[in-house]
Formats: sequence, structure tokens, C-alpha cells
Amino acid sequence: MAMTLAEKMLADRSSLARVHHGEIVETPVDLVMGNDITAPIAIREFEAAGATRVFDAERVALVMSHFVPAKDINSADQTQIMRRFAREQAIKHYYPEGTGGIEHTLLPERGIVVPGDIVIGADSHTCTYGGLGAFATGVGSTDLAYAMATGRTWFKVPESMRFTYYGKRRAYVTGKDLILHTIRLIGDDGALYRAMEFTGEVISDLPMEDRLTMSNMTIEAGGKVGICATDDLTLRYEEGRAQRPWRVYQADPGATYVEEYEIDVSQLEPQVAFPSLPSLTRGISDVGDVTIDQVFIGSCTNGRLSDLRTAAAILRGKKVHPETRLIVIPATQDVYKAALREGLIEVFVEAGASVSTSTCGPCLGGHMGVLGKGERCLSTSNRNYVGRMGDREAEVFLAGPAVAAATAVRGRITDPREFSPHEEAV
Amino acid sequence: MARAWKYGDNVDTDVIIPARYLVTGDPVALGKHCLENLDPEFLEKKSQGDVIVGGRNFGCGSSREHAPIAIKGAGVPCVIAESFARIFFRNAINIGLRVYESPAAAKGIQMGDEVEVDEGQAAIFNRTRGERYEIIPLSPFVQEIVASGGLMAKLRKELAEGAAP
Ligand code: SF4
Repeated sequence: MAMTLAEKMLADRSSLARVHHGEIVETPVDLVMGNDITAPIAIREFEAAGATRVFDAERVALVMSHFVPAKDINSADQTQIMRRFAREQAIKHYYPEGTGGIEHTLLPERGIVVPGDIVIGADSHTCTYGGLGAFATGVGSTDLAYAMATGRTWFKVPESMRFTYYGKRRAYVTGKDLILHTIRLIGDDGALYRAMEFTGEVISDLPMEDRLTMSNMTIEAGGKVGICATDDLTLRYEEGRAQRPWRVYQADPGATYVEEYEIDVSQLEPQVAFPSLPSLTRGISDVGDVTIDQVFIGSCTNGRLSDLRTAAAILRGKKVHPETRLIVIPATQDVYKAALREGLIEVFVEAGASVSTSTCGPCLGGHMGVLGKGERCLSTSNRNYVGRMGDREAEVFLAGPAVAAATAVRGRITDPREFSPHEEAV
Repeated sequence: MARAWKYGDNVDTDVIIPARYLVTGDPVALGKHCLENLDPEFLEKKSQGDVIVGGRNFGCGSSREHAPIAIKGAGVPCVIAESFARIFFRNAINIGLRVYESPAAAKGIQMGDEVEVDEGQAAIFNRTRGERYEIIPLSPFVQEIVASGGLMAKLRKELAEGAAP
């Protein structure tokens, strides 16, 4: 019986010949991850249940990225729980502030997650690693505590949806635009409990960073996992990076999908999601005149080196609009270092941007750029829910880094093609 | 009798408990801000035991377990919805917040209705409107987690049996 990518991975790792959607399987995990918001609760539960050692100190990642450097006394106290636990358990992949960055950018970048892995993380954007061909999904703190103790978790085998993208991408159309467009097509719960498989000639051609961006926003459509099958491009990315052997899975021909979409990208423009749902997405030509108080370039969705390069190419030699502020946060320490070496940070600072150490910061309304009443932000992150970045009467628009940079210069949502009228694919 | 606080589709974790309050895991402290971004009246007027009713995709967004904890901490014993976002659903089961999937109830119940859940009959009764709605049953595996008192109770048992390191 032919199986989808998600079914293949779960069957193989649960030592079953085949699995059906709806079935519950217990599966060993290759890696479990917690952050500074979710791990402290998990650690307390782990200890309260009487567990003493993590199942494998090399397969637990503890990453501080949300409220660090500590935004207030309470968050400082929370991080102490994690710092102590990481020390006591000799956690190998422990990244306090200044050493790592945002978990979902960090773990693929350092080869801590690899293709074919089964990963759970106490953070909803754990699905990002699907871009490498991993089965990775977000859970809460209690599931993390259980998996830290046992090295196992349970999954309900999801139904799969297949998205095939074809055509030639136009200038400034990136993974972010593909996924926003997809969420607009299927809705904010269009993939609820399901696996999304991204495939087709556009995906084969899509740089790894863009694949990770697409998989990252699987959860904004309610999906459990969003997977791009591992291919040569993935394996090239893994060279010199992977810290463990990987496994390559392919969907079987003739596997059953609950829904299939064929998406022609050749007419797709850069996309913008309007407040306050990711599905409220439009092409940039339909945006109209929207002034913006704050632009944020960063997050686990679009805070990678390629995103900063795109933004810097537009901002070079220009100034941020006097009535707009720009915040740029490299997603990881390695992105930060590379951006320094390439002179990108200088471009941002010269343009009048606030640039900071790697943190989630404004993405979740935590710190470093919280919005006040009635303010409007254009953000390269993944969520624009009510109150996500601050006051409940603030508005958040989502877009890719090119739209963000163009918007910062003009002070209103701007089509980046105004800065370079060429229509060739990038 | 429990009153219903009725909301629409896509009630997300950022309105259930905004990220700025995620600096504690304490249910009472979190409960003080439950739904404040969605309906400030909820916090003023709710009574212990009131229930929350949502539409589709209740609890979408982040994996913060603080969301079901905040609901529990606000004195709400259960949430009824047409459908739940996956991580929220799993978290609720794990920490012992009752969650009932019932499209009929999500449609029939209106703000302020008096409702009663009867788990034995797998039904929700709307006393205001004299209606009865079916609850979609949980899978046996999930029922077992609920019955054993949440996932940590299962872990304790496994540790005692030497099944986990
Ligand atoms: S950048 Fe935003 S979405 Fe990503 S992990 Fe941090 S808070 Fe979550």
C-alpha cells in the first residue's frame, strides 16, 4: 500500500510495515527542544514526576530566544530554572543568549536537526524542520517533559495534503509569498491535524532557506507538519553541517492525499497578510495606501542571511522614512556574524535601523519593539493575531523582507519592484 | 449552573493569554489575564465553573501550555468548540482541562446560555434552549491519558514500573 511522506516516516520509525491516518503510534524521537518560555514548565513537571535524568543529553536542545536577554525580573527567574537544569543534565545543545539565537533558525543551521529526523519541540514553529525533510511538530511543555524523560512520544498519523507548485517565480517572490498565498487558499485551519507536502518544480528549485520559511508557517494553516522531501539541494545544504547521519524518505507513487492543489506561481506577486489573520493575504498591487509606524525584519520565518541580504540590497544608501522606525534582528548569532562580515549590519545602521542581538523580541510582543495602541507594523514574522505584537488595537501586516525594506524607506506598504523594475526571477 | 461565554472561529493563543504574561507558569496568575485581549468583560463577570464555547480552530497559534493553564486558572473547567487546534487540544488533555468537540453545541449555544456537560452520556445540555448536543468521542489512547489524570501521571506510572530511564 502506497504511503505519503508523513506516513512513510512514522511507519519506519515506529517499526511498523504501514500506518493509516487516524492511527496512534508511539515513536522514538531523534531530538526534543524547549525554549525559555516552555522549558521551565517542562522542567518543573519532569522533576515533579520524579524523573532524574534526560533520556539522552545529546538529544535535548534547550534554546533561549524569546525573552532574552531577560526583559524583566520574572523572565530572568524563569531562565534560571533552565540554566540550572542544562548544567545539571550536561545538555549538549544548550544555547543561552549570545551563543545561539532563535531555535528554528539555529537547529537546522548548525546541523542539530537533520533530514529524516523525528522531532518534537515545545514551540509551535518546530514544524520549520520539515523544510529539510524531517517530521517535526510543536507540542506543549508536558509533552516535552514526557519525551525528555522517555525519548518517546505519540502521534496520531495525520492525513496528508499535497501542494504542487509550478511556473516561474517572478522577482521578489520567495518562500514567504508561496506560503502566504497557500494559507489564503486553504484558510487558517485548512490543514488542521494534517500533514502538508510541498512539491513540484518550484520547490525543487527553491533555496533551503525558503523551504524552511514555508514549512515554518505550516502551523498558520493549522498543520501538524509541512514537509519538503529531501533532495540533492538538501544534501548539499547538509554537507559540513549535519551533526548526525540523516535518512532520506520519499512519498510512494500512488499514495492517497485528502486534498491536492496545483498552484501556478507565474502570476504571483509579493504577498501581504492583513490584520489579523495570516489568511487575509493579498497581492501587493491590491494593498492600497497603508502607512506603517514600525517595520520589523527578523524572526524564525525571515531572519536568515538571505533575508538580510535582500533587505540590505534595497536599503543600501537609503534612509528609513522619518515617520517609520525599522528594527532588524538577525535570527541567530551566526547570521549576525555573517551579516557583519558582509557589511549588511552597517547598511541597516546607516539607514537608521535599530539592530539587536538575536531574539524573538517583537515577534511575540515580548520586548525590543512592542506596539502601542493603534500602531501599525509590517513584520516579516509569521503571526498577525490581535495583540500579537503588543496592544490589542495595534495592527500587524505580514510580508517578506523585500516588501519590508521597501516599506521602511517609503513609510507605507511598498512594492519592492519600485526599487528595481526588472521582472527577472530572483 | 454554568453559563456559556461564546466566541467565534480562530480564538488564538495570543488572545487567550498574551505573551507578555508568559513569565510564570502559575495558574492563578495566568488566569487573571485569560481572554483579556478578546473580551475584557469575561474577566469581570465570569463565575467559577462557567464554560467557554468557541467555533472552529479554537486555540490556534502558539504551543504555550499557558493557554489551557490560564483557562483552568480562570475557573473554567471545560471548553466546547466545533474544532480545536492540534497543539492546544493536546496540551489541554495533558494538563487535565476538559475539551469537547461538538459542532452542534458550538452552533446552538449562545452567549450567556446555561449549559451542562454529561460525560457519561457524551452529551451537552443547553438548559436555556432545551437542546441536547452530541460530543465527538476521544480516541481510546487519548481517553486513557485523560483517565489516568494527564500525561505526567502516565509518566509517574512508567517510572515506577521502570519503563523509562
Ligand atoms: S521568532 Fe516568533 S514565531 Fe519564531 S520562535 Fe520566536 S516567537 Fe515564535
